[in-house]
Amino acid sequence: MINTSEILQTVRMITQEKLDIRTITMGISLYTCAHPDKNQLYTNIYDRITKQAEHLVKTGEDLEREFGIPIVNKRISVTPASLVAAACGDPIVVARAMDAAAKETGVNYIGGYTALVQKGMTASDRALIASLPEALSTTERVCASVNVASTRAGIDMDAVRLCGQAVKDIAEATRDTDASGCMKLVVFANAVEDNPFMAGAFHGPGEGDCCINVGISGPGVVKHALEVEAKGQPFDVVAETIKKTAFKITRVGQLIAREASSRLGVPFGIVDLSLAPTPAMGDSVAHILEEMGLEVCGCHGTTAALALLNDAVKKGGVLASSHVGGLSGAFIPVSEDIGMINAAACGALSLEKLEAMTCVCSVGLDMIAVPGDTPASTIAAIIADEAAIGMVNSKTTAVRIIPAPGKGVGDEVEFGGLFGRAPIMRVSPYSAEEFIARGGRIPAPLQSLKN
Amino acid sequence: MEKKNTAVVTVVGNDTIGIIARVSAALARHDANILDISQTVLSGMFNMIMIVDISLSRFAQLEEELTQLGKELGLQIRIQRSEIFDAMHRI
Repeated sequence: MINTSEILQTVRMITQEKLDIRTITMGISLYTCAHPDKNQLYTNIYDRITKQAEHLVKTGEDLEREFGIPIVNKRISVTPASLVAAACGDPIVVARAMDAAAKETGVNYIGGYTALVQKGMTASDRALIASLPEALSTTERVCASVNVASTRAGIDMDAVRLCGQAVKDIAEATRDTDASGCMKLVVFANAVEDNPFMAGAFHGPGEGDCCINVGISGPGVVKHALEVEAKGQPFDVVAETIKKTAFKITRVGQLIAREASSRLGVPFGIVDLSLAPTPAMGDSVAHILEEMGLEVCGCHGTTAALALLNDAVKKGGVLASSHVGGLSGAFIPVSEDIGMINAAACGALSLEKLEAMTCVCSVGLDMIAVPGDTPASTIAAIIADEAAIGMVNSKTTAVRIIPAPGKGVGDEVEFGGLFGRAPIMRVSPYSAEEFIARGGRIPAPLQSLKN
Repeated sequence: MEKKNTAVVTVVGNDTIGIIARVSAALARHDANILDISQTVLSGMFNMIMIVDISLSRFAQLEEELTQLGKELGLQIRIQRSEIFDAMHRI
């Protein structure tokens, strides 16, 4: 029997420490929808998604009510659009069908406007990348991603150049809303096929027909546990405390995933062990790092603190779930974490430090605002640097960057809601133009001879 | 984990007359059977935990009434399926 203090601890985690399930994401294969005719393609996709996800939002709401835990997002991910649109040749049709289906089913975002081009691009991949500014400025809920590199294939530098340009063009196409379209594009290295988190979610080619993936959260719970159980203690105690807490958080994720999967009649995919922050007070990954004894996130020691956190969360979480997957690493999105926002605003956190932090955690330079006049080649070079870190270290890395039109260092971009706000960060003023203009592929790295 | 039909009701707030009576009456109206109660008052703060069998209850309606009652009494009343507690605290 569960005792009183355990019951009250669970209630406290939910009511005071912002424990929640960040997302239930239904992955849906669209292979059966491919068709050379545009109208038929649109209908096939719309019908497939709306039928499969008809009860997704309602089921999520029922679970919230019955288990008394908020489920912040209900979302859908689909087969990469460049594959589904290849026979038709016009990927924008897929974006429109996805957007309409998302609205009908009531999910707030749908991911999978995606091209996987780590080794090379098909005509359909090129068409999709070229269509990104239109797709992301004329749809509301569609999220896009491009995988430009992998440990096995190397980095496709032609795709990197195109993505750098695409980011600039999306910013321009959505300049009225501070380049908000850029929030919906993630450029990956080693993208995973079962990620439940937006904007980078897609239902990979190796996935089954349909599945339920769940993303957990709970930075506030981890921070509180450290305050109570590990104040001034050695790192051994810190790591143990985080592990125990991560176990509890993940068990809730596993429970919700299993319930959702059985009620929807869809197989359970994975639980993603990422600690996802929000801009709300008490829901910050940066504050966990600061609790370990750093004055401000971004100061020396931050990378080590993050490495410990990331590893301990995984160790605690793995035991708690039957299938772990997705990105599974601490997220450090600048605009979505109040501690990161403050650190960037006071100058403690630079782009260079963030890059170092991405070597030890998921998932990359996330929700970074940079000056609007940053050249496309510089953005491409930032993407290439991140892709190189992912490629060499056999991990997922990503770039979600917002060159805010008309803004410079010292300004701020306000996105609102879960997306938060981001101080514009300084980028190197020196050019990578010729480097990016070369194109071709950076060969895959050696994975042996590690001494 | 086998499927259970129990839920945990937690009531926290300032102590007033008739809290248990009102909560029990609400549970009875929705055919929820009380299996266990533990209750303490610490420096005026009322803390109650009830384990209830909800096999015959309609969860959504019961939850709504308890939340409404909580507002009336100025207390925080929550009802949650007990699996969430088992999941978190037992391997």
